[in-house]
Amino acid sequence: MKKIVCDSCGHQNPEGTVLCQQCGKPIDQNQYIDGNENSKLINMRYEGSARRSKTHNKSIVDKTWNFFSSVKIGIWLISITIIASAVGTIFPQEMYIPPNVSASEHYRDQYGILGQIYYQLGFHNLYSSWWYMILIALIGISITIASIDRVVPLYKALNMQKPKRHESFLKRQRLFSSTEQVSEDDKQKAITTLKSIRYKVTEEDGHVLAEKGRFSRWGPYINHIGLIIFLLGCLFRFIPFMYIDEYVWVREGETVLIPGTEGLYYIENKDFILETYGDSPEDERFKEALQKQGGMVAKNYQTDAVIYKNTNPSALGLDPELEKFKEDSIRVNHPIKFDDFALYQSSYQQNEFESMSFKLHRTDDPEEESLGSFSVNLANPENEYILDNGTRVVIDQYFPDYYLDDGEPRSKSKYPRNPAYVFLVYPPGQDDYEISFAGIGRNVDPTGNNEFKLGLQDFEVRDVTGLSVRRDYTLPIISLGGLIFMIGVVQGMYWQHRRIWLHPKNNGLWIAAHTNKNWFGIKRDIEKVINDTNIKMVMDQEEDQNNYQPEEQTK
Amino acid sequence: MGDLVTLSSNSLYLAFILYLLATFFFAGTIRDKRSEGSKTFSSKIAITLTIIGFASQIFYFITRWIVSGHAPVSNLFEYTTFFGMMLVFAFIIIYFIYRLNILGLFALPVALLIIAYASMFPTEISPLVPSLKSHWLYIHVTTVSLGQAILAVSFVAGLIYLIKEIDQSKKSKKTTWLEIIIYSIFTTLGFIIISSTFNAMDYSVTFEFPYDDQVSTVDYHLPPIAGPSGATLVSDNDVSPLFEAPGWMQGVNAARKFNTILWSVIAGLGLYVIARVVLRKRVGAAIQPLLSKVNRDLLDEVSYRAVAIGFPIFTLGGLIFAMIWAQQAWDRFWGWDPKEVWALITFFFYAAFLHLRLSRGWHGERSAWLAVGGFAIIMFNLIAVNLIIAGLHSYA
Repeated sequence: MKKIVCDSCGHQNPEGTVLCQQCGKPIDQNQYIDGNENSKLINMRYEGSARRSKTHNKSIVDKTWNFFSSVKIGIWLISITIIASAVGTIFPQEMYIPPNVSASEHYRDQYGILGQIYYQLGFHNLYSSWWYMILIALIGISITIASIDRVVPLYKALNMQKPKRHESFLKRQRLFSSTEQVSEDDKQKAITTLKSIRYKVTEEDGHVLAEKGRFSRWGPYINHIGLIIFLLGCLFRFIPFMYIDEYVWVREGETVLIPGTEGLYYIENKDFILETYGDSPEDERFKEALQKQGGMVAKNYQTDAVIYKNTNPSALGLDPELEKFKEDSIRVNHPIKFDDFALYQSSYQQNEFESMSFKLHRTDDPEEESLGSFSVNLANPENEYILDNGTRVVIDQYFPDYYLDDGEPRSKSKYPRNPAYVFLVYPPGQDDYEISFAGIGRNVDPTGNNEFKLGLQDFEVRDVTGLSVRRDYTLPIISLGGLIFMIGVVQGMYWQHRRIWLHPKNNGLWIAAHTNKNWFGIKRDIEKVINDTNIKMVMDQEEDQNNYQPEEQTK
Repeated sequence: MGDLVTLSSNSLYLAFILYLLATFFFAGTIRDKRSEGSKTFSSKIAITLTIIGFASQIFYFITRWIVSGHAPVSNLFEYTTFFGMMLVFAFIIIYFIYRLNILGLFALPVALLIIAYASMFPTEISPLVPSLKSHWLYIHVTTVSLGQAILAVSFVAGLIYLIKEIDQSKKSKKTTWLEIIIYSIFTTLGFIIISSTFNAMDYSVTFEFPYDDQVSTVDYHLPPIAGPSGATLVSDNDVSPLFEAPGWMQGVNAARKFNTILWSVIAGLGLYVIARVVLRKRVGAAIQPLLSKVNRDLLDEVSYRAVAIGFPIFTLGGLIFAMIWAQQAWDRFWGWDPKEVWALITFFFYAAFLHLRLSRGWHGERSAWLAVGGFAIIMFNLIAVNLIIAGLHSYA
């Protein structure tokens, strides 16, 4: 590759260098790159190093590289993402609408024409849309390329810098002063102070470079690495092995296979507990708020669970041999964890019917004397029941979650929350039957002349707990990304890279200084350094420039 | 227990009064002939009062924590009050770095407005629902709040910068935007004045209206300009709404919230018109001469520094801690809940701010506008997302 030889110090710089890596002298033909031609001060970003994006622009690879390494493009991508993300919060996303409604109707019914447009544009699933993911991916690419483009030349430039700098470099720093007469004592005093405020001092022929906090320059690149790891972690979720997301309903007293564990683990729900506020004396302090809110306020959702391990998993779950593995209570904010899996308390159903028992009696018997009874196990209802007196009762229709839809009996769900039946009652020895409709609090005789009646005698209920099952191997990657991001961002934001140059000039001394942020802080450092010497305080040359302009504008 | 509750709320009042006094003393520093940043008598009293006020508010916080048994950051009143407290804390930190008195004159009134705004919401000690029962409640919420508060200091410095720098000799787009910002502050003040006035009068109107195939009731504590659609009056007042709230507004309390917004906008407008009539010029133009001595580069520096300090804290609390907790409570670290999305938008916005500043040289005025914009997003997330876009985080 072509080299540019510095005409002051003779250092060989890579093509595209703006400021000589060693002495900082502006390289004439490249000043346009950082816009230095017409300004009094030189632009110090990336130390005027040669970035690939500023030197190659021929092939398609160059052009792609240059596109993504541009900070301007990065900011545009962020801005578009901001707008898109905000649009996604105008109406609820599909996952937050009620589960049993159709999205196409819901958005139209609830939000009118705007809702319908929202739905049709696919904004109800905006964050999982292909274009939103592409946006995020583009930001990821932009971060990667922009970082690589800058970090390598920046590292080289900072590594090669020499204490002795070219005068045009020093004079064109934002903070600069020149003092005609400075004694060697004063200069030494300044150096001592610099060391005492923890600057790293290097000298070359009486020229001094005092430097502090260079590591903060790597902050942005480290936080970008963190972000990339984070995004990769999120990408890995699409690999099935990495991310298992299942759901299981368990009734009290039941033991069921945990989905996603490939027949290896079972869970028993010993008890589901729902507590509300207002029962215990210590809830007295919330009295006012509870009154105001009216209804019940939940205090705790809890499943007392036992996890079993199947020691015979080869039988494909046909013949499990269960061994107790772990016993704990699952609460919100307190999942149960075993073998990389975690079960979260996610939902519940109270008072699901477990069994119902009915008795048969004559319709005209005021005493309702039992002619026989039977019990229906709702988890596993039988087709027909033979009573003690020989009566056959056949279940003709079963509605686990009964409701009337325009006069038609239907079931809202498959869960026995409000069971109802159409029974066919065959009296002993007869082939004719009577139709009887029975459920909770209802017993209908559709013909009105039934001889026998089925009455609900007793029922048992139990709670059902809904647990989500997760195994997520991407979490460590995502956490690592987050951690690295935080380290990088703190490193870059809470520390600054400060440099102060002392440059002997005849009998006097020049001071120039640069920091990547917090100019107030470096000025205070310099005040300490020149304290008790006759070195002049630096002028803020940018402030002079700025303060000059508005005068011009207003007049 | 009851005494501790009273003691707690009284120390919040005390803090409020001290902040108010401190504001006057910060105002006293403007007239000082000496240069900005010097330690005058007035400024020493001002910062001392601020610190005592802050201590008093800390006392409120601790006592309320003791009474309720959980960190008092669990509903809109508690969180917003805490945000006001963190704003004062952030101001104190920045004050001791830069000794900029003018910052106090603007930051404390913003904190006062926020605390007063908070107290318009139900202040009873309320129980925690299961999902909030975690140590992450105070870890996450306090960190977010501190981050947002430091970013709010950036807004305050940016606002001062804009008032000082924008050319007020003629009307322009910039002067109009600046007046809009000032007007929105007046709207907050208007909301507080109107709400507390009618609250003191014990004003209440009750309506019944059909909602979701049922009859719902709603209590208005402000006279109804907009009523729920199809409403009938239940209470024995003799009022009728001027019109019905638009039907597309969702939620059982939508009409009441809309009515409150209308009142705030009108009250804010009233205050703003009075200010214009009294001052006989734009409000920004009237404040501008008071800022002539302030060093604008220092303002720019403070505004930027506040973002540099606040951004990592906000990210830690609002995204990272939030994700850890969400993973534990809701089995996913990210769920695209509106509050989460707006936290992400805040993050993106300040990331763009930093890139514009570092790489594209957006300093001074442009940076100040961005600082104001960032604060608008934070306020949107605090107020609008809770009250309008309900989600998992809607405490109120």
